[in-house]
Amino acid sequence: MRISARINGSAWSGDVEPRLLLSDFLRSEVGLTGTHVGCEHGVCGACTVQLDGEPVRACLMFAVQIEGHEVTTVEGLAAAAPGEAVSVERLHPVQRALHEAHGLQCGFCTPGILMTAEAFLRENPAPSREEIREAVSGHLCRCTGYHNIVEGVALAAERLAADGPGADRDGDR
Amino acid sequence: MSRAGGTWVGARVPRNEDARLLTGRAQFVEDVEPPGALHAAFVRSDLPAGRLRGLDVERARAHPGVHAVFTAADLGPLLRPGAVLVPPPPLEGLVFHARTALPLVRERIRHQGEALAMIVADSRYVAEDAAQLVEADIEPLDPVVDLGRALDEDAPRIHDDLPSNLAAYVRQAKGDYAAARARADLVLERRFSYDRGIGGAIENRAVVAEWDARADRLQVWDTTQAPIPVRNVVAAALGLSESQVRFIAPFVGGGFGPKIMFYAEEILVPWASIRLGRPVKWVEDRYENFFATTQERGQLHEAEISVTREGRILGVRDIFIHDSGAYDPYGLTIPINTQCTLLGPYRVPNYESEFRVAFTNKPIVTPVRGAGRQHGVFIMERLLDLAARGLGLDPVEIRRRNVIGSDEFPYNHEIMYQDFAPLRYDSGSYEESLEEAVRLVGHETFPRERERAQPDGRVVGVGVVNYVEGTGIGPYEGARITVEPGGTVRLATGVGTQGQGHFTSFAQIVADAIGVQPSDVRVVTGDTSDFHWGTGTFASRGAVVAGNAIHAAAQSVREKILRHAAKALEVDPEDLELADGAARVRGAPDLSVDLGALALSANPLRGAVEPGTEPGLEATSYFGPPYGTTANGTHAVVVAVDPETAMVEILRYIVVHDCGTVINPTIVEGQIHGGVAAGIGNAFYEELVFDEFGGTSNASFMDYLLPTSTDVPPIETAHLETPSTLNPLGTKGVGEGGAIPVAAAFAQAVEDALADIAPGLEILDIPLSPGRLFELLRGAS
Repeated sequence: MRISARINGSAWSGDVEPRLLLSDFLRSEVGLTGTHVGCEHGVCGACTVQLDGEPVRACLMFAVQIEGHEVTTVEGLAAAAPGEAVSVERLHPVQRALHEAHGLQCGFCTPGILMTAEAFLRENPAPSREEIREAVSGHLCRCTGYHNIVEGVALAAERLAADGPGADRDGDR
Repeated sequence: MSRAGGTWVGARVPRNEDARLLTGRAQFVEDVEPPGALHAAFVRSDLPAGRLRGLDVERARAHPGVHAVFTAADLGPLLRPGAVLVPPPPLEGLVFHARTALPLVRERIRHQGEALAMIVADSRYVAEDAAQLVEADIEPLDPVVDLGRALDEDAPRIHDDLPSNLAAYVRQAKGDYAAARARADLVLERRFSYDRGIGGAIENRAVVAEWDARADRLQVWDTTQAPIPVRNVVAAALGLSESQVRFIAPFVGGGFGPKIMFYAEEILVPWASIRLGRPVKWVEDRYENFFATTQERGQLHEAEISVTREGRILGVRDIFIHDSGAYDPYGLTIPINTQCTLLGPYRVPNYESEFRVAFTNKPIVTPVRGAGRQHGVFIMERLLDLAARGLGLDPVEIRRRNVIGSDEFPYNHEIMYQDFAPLRYDSGSYEESLEEAVRLVGHETFPRERERAQPDGRVVGVGVVNYVEGTGIGPYEGARITVEPGGTVRLATGVGTQGQGHFTSFAQIVADAIGVQPSDVRVVTGDTSDFHWGTGTFASRGAVVAGNAIHAAAQSVREKILRHAAKALEVDPEDLELADGAARVRGAPDLSVDLGALALSANPLRGAVEPGTEPGLEATSYFGPPYGTTANGTHAVVVAVDPETAMVEILRYIVVHDCGTVINPTIVEGQIHGGVAAGIGNAFYEELVFDEFGGTSNASFMDYLLPTSTDVPPIETAHLETPSTLNPLGTKGVGEGGAIPVAAAFAQAVEDALADIAPGLEILDIPLSPGRLFELLRGAS
């Protein structure tokens, strides 16, 4: 089936097998291997990407379902271009906050958490710790015990608030 | 407090590896896809016990896009049982029957998920289509599911050549327990059970192999915790020299023990690549992971403690059965950890411990975070709680009366540990950590808090338990450090990394020695072409064993830098200091030379390298500890229990721990947080449910409950630093300590909360799910 969509701001069109999962499509057809697959049944959240800005599980969708939509993956968060070396300074505020709060260890679940957290903070720019815990509770992490993930998201909220609405990254997509 | 003397060791340095991980650019094995790669899928047995009478793969072979279907009959000399990775320790009276699996089933199926056939196709989708076309004719056999009956005389035998399902028997003892019991004021005997769980790394296993026929070389990307030993086994099995085989364990998405194992896929995927002349990729799916990856934890104990009326331990006796699953490739590491760790931080003058290891028709058991230590801690701490209750003592008080004092080190427990060395504790802070936890949780004022908590209908309780963790065992690790002409420093070591922060904590050790920033140190781990000596990341040993090898190599490089700089600057080496990436003369900072320039001059294109010296600013060192160093700590937990629903909420969780010299407190705290979360899962949520046919009923993350962010409370930590006496950095391991005592802390706190409502309630079984607690409450009232 032929599909056309926008992926991380660029147009993509081509033929895909109807049964191809969105997660497999992004990883093997588009080469965006930052989206990880942990369970393939929609529980662990590692494969979370954004569809028109809303977090979705890429393992529970078919690639053909993105026809006419905009997909954002973890590779679309930082300002750096693909292939360009990434420094901490160029990270998105949510990425940077997770780094500063030690909110990742093996980092396998991290891309999914980032995609959920970024969308969550757009909806709720000043969340409580409880609300953050609720918001990331759809993601399994075996390394961190979640404590520093929650702290990282809280730090990101503070940073984004301090930067003001003018600094909303939606503007530079 | 003795420190390595630097400014970086001990500092909260942000991690070097994060930028790559946060942007999706870190390479995991699943991300590797060489051009022309084929994809493998395995056909696995749904039955846990059976005889494979026939396997029809012809339709699968004929399926479009399928390149090969391999069965046991195709394997030739590869069809032999896997390696026994850890031999049993040389103990008197030891019984050990090593039984390991064939790469593919030939006839006998011994656990669900054993691989019957391997399919290699153009894509994973096609490989799985073809897997559906394989027809296996299996004669079901009666499975051995119930551990308590696995050793019965009439139990079905899992390995026909053995007289029973007994895999091993070990007895260790010190003193005279019977005599101690005879003079005890109180003897308590209980049965305990600790059920099975999974490792639960979010990344499943994966292997990608690329045979390069022109170069005569094999390259394998593997989600392993032990790339070097696996490389060596694979090279031997395939008849290649070790130097022809390069194993890369790039970023690995969590290890927790099961990825230390050697698996059949690690041979089959490379073998298929050689045979087909194409790269071959296999990625385990989550369902497979519940069977094909190893698990942990099933044990049944009958334990007994003898105490004086003052609460002093006279002795402990413990007899247990350990479930090894269908095979026992990892030897006796887990039950010996249990046997040894039971003694904990306590003086136990008389100890009698014996265990039997049983084969069952369940997935293979090998170490998972804690590796049997949590069982030992659970039993000892429970026995102390019960004894305290029997004597009318406070649980903290009975612990105070029995912990080994700070003046008693090194302390010898007189039995043998998993590293084949005597169980000796090098140093520790058992009294201090207990008192610090008691202070932090407000144990003395806790009764008032209990009163305050009652109005909402829930009851509140506190638990305070101790643990030790044998860490940092040998045999050795190594490291090579090179100052490059650009001024960057390269560090290569054989241990792989699965999230422990090695790229940062190892860099901190180097940075201190040679005066650079940790971000200037480029760390390479888990690539056998960069470093090919070593054993792996397990047993909380990275920071201890690799850390001290790195320290030694860094000191050697430091010497070389000083020698070259002294020559270049025409001063005495004593007058030099290393800072900001340069060697400079003390008191005359203008007289300096950059490390990069020194590296260049140490490796000249013309002129001569001084006879008897080596080119470059590079050194390789190894470190092997005489025996494992022992970390310790105390956990304190406050819980609220709803007596109606048996729901337990953790109100506070406090960890006081001592892992010797802390290299990076932030990373250490992260290890503790994650360990406690895993411990909470093991203690409360995670249970593998086997049906009467031996099948796993909950093999998905939908049904097997890993704790989420709403289940794990914020964790308060306090560091004590009693340096290890067994290594120059003074480090001890911390990877597993967080997980080890959680169940014991939980049990004490829940019993405390319910002390008035159900005074006789005893928690003896883990996991303590709300359902199980509900049953206990009903039984008690």
